[in-house]
Amino acid sequence: MGVRAMVGVAVVLLVNAASRLFRRGSGTVAGGRAGLAVDPRLLAKLAQSRHMALVSGTNGKTTTTALLSAALGSTGRRVASNATGSNMPAGHVAALVGGRGAPTGCLEVDEAYLGRVLDDTHAEVVVLLNLSRDQLDRMSEVRMLAERWRGVLEQSTTTVVANADDPLVVHAASGSTGVVWVAGGLEWRDDAGACPQCLGPISFAAQAPGWSCSSCGFARPTPSWVLDGTTAIGPVGRVEMVLGLPGVFNLRNGLMALAGAWSMGVPVEEAAAAMSSVIDVAGRFVDRDVAGTPVRLMLAKNPAGWSALLDTVADEEAAVVVSINARTADGADPSWLFDVDFSKLAGRTVVATGDRWRDLSVRLRYAGVPHETEASPTAAVALAGSGAAGRVDVIGNYTAFRDLLESS
Amino acid sequence: MSVLRIAVVYPDLLGTYGDTGNGVILERRAAERGIAAELLMARSSEPLPEADLYCLGGGEDGPQVLAAERLVADGGLRRATEAGATIFAVCAGFQIIGASFPDAAGNRHDGVGLIDVTTTKGSGPRCVGEVAVDPDPALGLSRLSGFENHGGVSTLGEAAALGTVVAGVGNGAGPAIEGAYRGHVLGTYLHGPVLARNPDLADLLLRWATGSGELEVLDDAAALDLRSERLASVGC
Ligand SMILES: [Zn+2]
Repeated sequence: MGVRAMVGVAVVLLVNAASRLFRRGSGTVAGGRAGLAVDPRLLAKLAQSRHMALVSGTNGKTTTTALLSAALGSTGRRVASNATGSNMPAGHVAALVGGRGAPTGCLEVDEAYLGRVLDDTHAEVVVLLNLSRDQLDRMSEVRMLAERWRGVLEQSTTTVVANADDPLVVHAASGSTGVVWVAGGLEWRDDAGACPQCLGPISFAAQAPGWSCSSCGFARPTPSWVLDGTTAIGPVGRVEMVLGLPGVFNLRNGLMALAGAWSMGVPVEEAAAAMSSVIDVAGRFVDRDVAGTPVRLMLAKNPAGWSALLDTVADEEAAVVVSINARTADGADPSWLFDVDFSKLAGRTVVATGDRWRDLSVRLRYAGVPHETEASPTAAVALAGSGAAGRVDVIGNYTAFRDLLESS
Repeated sequence: MSVLRIAVVYPDLLGTYGDTGNGVILERRAAERGIAAELLMARSSEPLPEADLYCLGGGEDGPQVLAAERLVADGGLRRATEAGATIFAVCAGFQIIGASFPDAAGNRHDGVGLIDVTTTKGSGPRCVGEVAVDPDPALGLSRLSGFENHGGVSTLGEAAALGTVVAGVGNGAGPAIEGAYRGHVLGTYLHGPVLARNPDLADLLLRWATGSGELEVLDDAAALDLRSERLASVGC
C-alpha cells in the first residue's frame, strides 16, 4: 500500500473517530468519503490482498451479506463487512478500513454500483439475488440495470452465484464464464413478464424448467443448488439450514449465501452452522420494545419485499402496525402500495401510520382491510398493543423502520 | 349491461406505477354500489378481451413499444372504442393511445390512435413530482391530485385537455395543460394511482362505462383527506 493510500486510511480513521466524538450520524460513511477524496483508488488498494465477495440485488442484500459473512468466517478467518448496509463505495472503504487485517471482505453493493465495485475489488464471487421495481421516482429501470450488469460481468472472470428463478438476473449472469445457478426464488414476477432478451412473454410454471420465453426459448437454467424444506441440496449433497431468521425468503437468502461460501472454498457444513448464529440483521426481525409495547420490527422497501414479508407474518394473529414514509431515501412516490397485496392482513388488528398514513389508509380501504389510523408511529404501536396482550408486528419501509428502530 | 367488465390492459408490460390499482378501485367502487363487476387482467400474450372499461398504465421504454405494437396488431382496443367503451390511460398508456410516441433513443413509434395526441421527446429534465390540475369544467370534477414521472411531452390536436396545471408540469409542451379526453377516451400523466386520490374521476369513468347518470354516494372521507393533504404539499 502506497503513501497516498496510507494517508487515505488514516483520514478514514480520523473522520470516523471525530464523527463518533461529535455523534454526527454514522461516522463510517463520512470517513469513507474523506478517504476516497484523498485517494480515489483506496477501495481497490484495500481490497487488493483480500478474498472478496460481493452481494447485490433489489431485496435481501443486507441479510444475505450477513449470512455470507458468517459463513465465510466459519473457517476462523476474520471477515470485514459493511454490516450496517452502507452499500456504496464510501461505505465499502469504511468497512474495509474498520476490518483492517481481515483476510476476507464481504460487501453488500448497491445495484447501480456493482460495476465500479467489481472493477475495484476484483471479487472472487458475486452473489446476485433478484431485480425488481424499487424507488419509482428515480429512473432506475430494472431492465436497464440488468443490461448494465450483463455488460460488467461479461468483462469479468469472477464467479457469479446467480438466482436462476429471476429472468432478469439470469440475463445479467448468462454472459459470464463461471456461473453457479441457485434456485433463489422469485416473490415478485411483474417485472419479469417480458423476456429480457427479446421482450416476448415469459411464462412461469411449477414444473421444470420453471420459466421460459415462448418467443426465443430463453429459459430457467437448471440450478445446482435447490431448497427442499429447510435443507439445501448442492453439488456436495444435502445440508440442513437452521436459521435464526424467519420466513422462506430468508431460507432462500441462506441458500444463496451457502452457495457463495461454497464457491469460495468454505465447507458447507461449517458454513451452515455459522449461518444459524445470525439472528439480528441491522435490527430486523428482532423482538424489541417501543414505548412499553413488545414488538417485532420488520423492514420491507418495495413490492417484492412486502410480498415476502406479508407471507411470513400471514399465520400470525398479532396486531400489525404498518408505517409508510416517502422521504428521499424511500423514494417520493408511494404508488407501489397498490402493487402490494395488503388483503393478506384482513382479519388482523391493523393500524396505519408513518408520514404517508393517508395513502396507506386509502390502499387498505380498497384491499378490504378495516384499520385504524394514527399519525405518530409510537402512538400507533401503543394503540395496536392496547387491544390485546402480546407482541405487535411492526412493518415499515426504509426510513419508517429506521425511526422505529431508533425509538425502540 | 349484466356485468360491468373492467380490463387492466397488459399488466405484464404496463403497470409500473401501481396502475393496476386503478382497475381494482373501479371494480370495488362498482361492487360497493351493487353493480356486478368483473376485473380482467389482460396479459399481452392473449387476445385483448371484450370489456366496457379499459385501463392502461405506465411502463418502461421497451415494454411500452411492445405494448403499442401488440395493441395495434390486436385491433381490439380500437374496435372497443368505436363501440363506445371507456378508455382510461395513464402515463405510458396515455402516450400509447395517441398518434405516436418516442422510445428511449428518440425513434418514433405508432400509437393506437384513439385520441389526437402526439408525444415527442422532451428537451428538459424528466418531469417527476406532485401535480395539481384544475379539470375542464365540463367534466364536473374537483381539483385533481397525482404524481407524474415522464420524459416525453405531449401535444394535443382535436382532443380537449383534461385540465389546467396548477402545480407540476403535465403534458409539458406549450400551455400548462394536463392530459386529454375526447368522448369516453381519457388520458393523463397522473398516477398515484390517480383514482385512489380522486374518487370523483373514478366515478366519472364508471358513469361513462355504465351509462348511468347518478351513482350512489360512497364514504370517501379517507380519499378526500389524502387528496387535500397531497394538494397542500404543493401549496394548492
Ligand atoms: Zn425471449
